[in-house]
Amino acid sequence: MGMKGEYYPGKLIGKVLKIFCISNFVSDMVSFHRLLVVYPWTQRFFDSFGNLSSPSAILGNPKVKAHGKKVLTSFGEAIKNMDNLKTAFAKLSELHCDKLHVDPENFKLLGNVMVIILATHFGKEFTPEVQAAWQKLVSAVAIALAHKYH
Amino acid sequence: MQRGAPWWPRDPWPVRAGAAGTQGAAGSSAGMALSAEDRALVRALWKKLGGNVGVYTTEALERTFLAFPATKTYFSHLDLSPGSAQVRAHGQKVADALSLAVERLDDLPRALSALSHLHACQLRVDPASFPLLGHCLLVTLARHYPGDFSPALQASLDKFLSHVISALASEYR
Repeated sequence: MGMKGEYYPGKLIGKVLKIFCISNFVSDMVSFHRLLVVYPWTQRFFDSFGNLSSPSAILGNPKVKAHGKKVLTSFGEAIKNMDNLKTAFAKLSELHCDKLHVDPENFKLLGNVMVIILATHFGKEFTPEVQAAWQKLVSAVAIALAHKYH
Repeated sequence: MQRGAPWWPRDPWPVRAGAAGTQGAAGSSAGMALSAEDRALVRALWKKLGGNVGVYTTEALERTFLAFPATKTYFSHLDLSPGSAQVRAHGQKVADALSLAVERLDDLPRALSALSHLHACQLRVDPASFPLLGHCLLVTLARHYPGDFSPALQASLDKFLSHVISALASEYR
């Protein structure tokens, strides 16, 4: 699914991406932590992560932080491969289906949590137009990640 | 976003083994009832929003139309251009309904019954659309109140909205 189109998402997403990658946002990994707090059933995939018993435990958990970093790095790759997401995410899709057994509904949840985090960080800059471009991207990533499911 | 598939989880707040909560009056079909903490957080935020709820619901509508263009199909009779007075008027209607819901957290299905009937029988809005507006309202509030938008508040608001959505869809069939 190509991303270039009526919203010129490259231009809009590029604007947000520049700040998206600054070190303190990346190290916060808030999107992933927030997913586990707001939708607690997503913790089911992370039994081996140790203490997830409270929001502060989740925030302080080093494995959550590390995994959040992996996810964010993948998202960075998505932005570089916007015209070819299904190919770019083929291996990851197979992994999430065959080894990790993750319901693709969760990809949509994470995508929407990311959009909300972006809104808290960028405020006025996160205009409806910018949000619309990001919704397209997170939706396309969710679809690409689910593409190899069988 | 795929139109046929709702973005919200199939069972929004599944009761987990060992969970103490039971479905209360506000539980309806949406799973766990709103806890005392959820209600307190939502009420506190609503107090903070004061008379500006309409401003934010209007922005949420604008965001919904841009991010999820299929939702515009229900508003072909309105001027949807930026700053439209008609969208603002509709935003105020949504605000009034949500404020009513905040006042009647113990009795959402009854409080929203007439609205549900309207959406089901007259407007015939696909209920998959409601969470799209709900999401955009969360985005709007996150953008305007970033310091307040903790994971706990987001979770409580998300639960509240899913109960409102469930009440709104209750008369569909």
